Amino acid sequence: MNATFSSKLPGRIVLLLVFGFLYLPIAVLVLLSFNDSGLPTSWSGFSVRWYGALLANTDILRAAGNTFIVAIFATVISTVLGTLLALGMETRRRKSNGLEALAFAPMVIPDIVLAVALLTFFSRLGLAMGLHTIVISHVIFDLAFVCSVVRARLKHFDFSIVEASRDLGASGWTTFWRVTFPVLLPSIVAGALLAFTLSVDEFIIAFFTAGAGRSSITLPMQIYSMIRFGITPEVNALATIVMGVSATALLISQWLNRQQQVP
Amino acid sequence: MSLNATRPNLLAAPGVAWLVAFMVVPCLLVLSYAFFQRGVWGGVEYTVTLENFARVADPLYAKIFLNSARIALTATVIAILIAYPAAYAISRAPRMSQPILLFFAVLPFWSNYLIRTYAWIVLLNREGLINNLLRSLGYTGEPLSMLYTESAVITGLVYNYLPFVILAIYSTLSRLNPELMEASRDLGAGPVRTFLRVTLPLTLPGVAAGGVFVFVLSIGNFVTPALLGGGRFQMVGNLVYDQFLTANDWPFGAALGAALILTMIVLLLLQARATAHASGERKGEAAQ
Repeated sequence: MNATFSSKLPGRIVLLLVFGFLYLPIAVLVLLSFNDSGLPTSWSGFSVRWYGALLANTDILRAAGNTFIVAIFATVISTVLGTLLALGMETRRRKSNGLEALAFAPMVIPDIVLAVALLTFFSRLGLAMGLHTIVISHVIFDLAFVCSVVRARLKHFDFSIVEASRDLGASGWTTFWRVTFPVLLPSIVAGALLAFTLSVDEFIIAFFTAGAGRSSITLPMQIYSMIRFGITPEVNALATIVMGVSATALLISQWLNRQQQVP
Repeated sequence: MSLNATRPNLLAAPGVAWLVAFMVVPCLLVLSYAFFQRGVWGGVEYTVTLENFARVADPLYAKIFLNSARIALTATVIAILIAYPAAYAISRAPRMSQPILLFFAVLPFWSNYLIRTYAWIVLLNREGLINNLLRSLGYTGEPLSMLYTESAVITGLVYNYLPFVILAIYSTLSRLNPELMEASRDLGAGPVRTFLRVTLPLTLPGVAAGGVFVFVLSIGNFVTPALLGGGRFQMVGNLVYDQFLTANDWPFGAALGAALILTMIVLLLLQARATAHASGERKGEAAQ
């Protein structure tokens, strides 16, 4: 008993320290968002006034609206394209290195490079930039992540049930909707939720592809301009909401991913 | 398999088309800009030149490149030093709780990068939490200026990318065959020797994968130096940003971007070789 305790203790201390490092800064922010004075200098009582201030800030509300529009469109497009790409890649007879690299690249390419490439591309085409160009850009990495989540599920997919369905006379279309799709659905939803959070939180690429003017500012762009010059109490409240939404979406995504691993 | 040969290609086509049209073509386009001259009023003049690449090697810019490489490397080393024990502790936790621990270690990574960086402004500020804590503990001197320093930038980079390094190292640790460690112990090696001679070498691919990731994202970062460095620390990312959004010298910005991509490709290839080498060794061991 004593031996197991002492052998587990260092591991527990390490985990405590690392999780403390990861979560304390976030916890401070959340706590501060409920501080009446809004300042880290002292606790002056619990208050939700900074959340109220957010609702009165039209810049923030518009940015939130833009972010939501971009994330919805980017999620829908990337979920369809990413799922099809995953199906295509996993049903191929031979693995194609070019295809693997293409689907992997959006996840590793430095965002600053993709951002300036897209800025150059859109302005070379003479395309007016706005929310639509942010959507086009977000689909690039969103679809790569959806594809990788769905592929992970397809790796354990028993393709013989597809054959069985075809042998029993179902068409390819019926087989997809009645056999393949229901099995993949949890991973598709998990991928979509991941795409949604990535899009909501993405800053650099949106910053470069939003074009001039304030009309297509997204929430991360708004946050960036607010925090560049120090602390504003409203940001604490906004940050708490944004992180709450992201964490919820990710928890559901993870839960769906784990559900399907149970045979 | 009843699927015919064209179906997979057809399924992949829309996604591939999107990636080619909006990722490959724009990257090639911006790369091609690096070979042209800057126009008099900004913009691009289509005269072929290698001048932009020469400027990347100019001592002024080479210094920024080297300086950001040094900052990125420091962040990488610290991240690995923290992530390794964490990943090791997770891999030693009860099997049931491992996925949960891992999930919560990675969760911050998927949430908003700006907000996680902002949290450090709140902590490190002259009027921030740490200075307040010190004051309430009886410290009466000048408040410490921790923000807008190189250490603040490094702390921010480590904090933001740590989850990914934990994930990368954990994934190699969890695939490790425990019999190898047992064998080492049975043959008389102590725990330290077993770790250094067996566990560590076999998990180096994970360390390399995590390390390359942190290094590449750090060197190309412009948000953390801008927010935690107060704009006082130019990194390659900031330099690229400036060329495109303020200096309006796109060809030079493109050349800098090309240098970043080249760095990344070289590191990824080295990492792939290291991984192949390690798995080759593993196969060799299995054969014996």
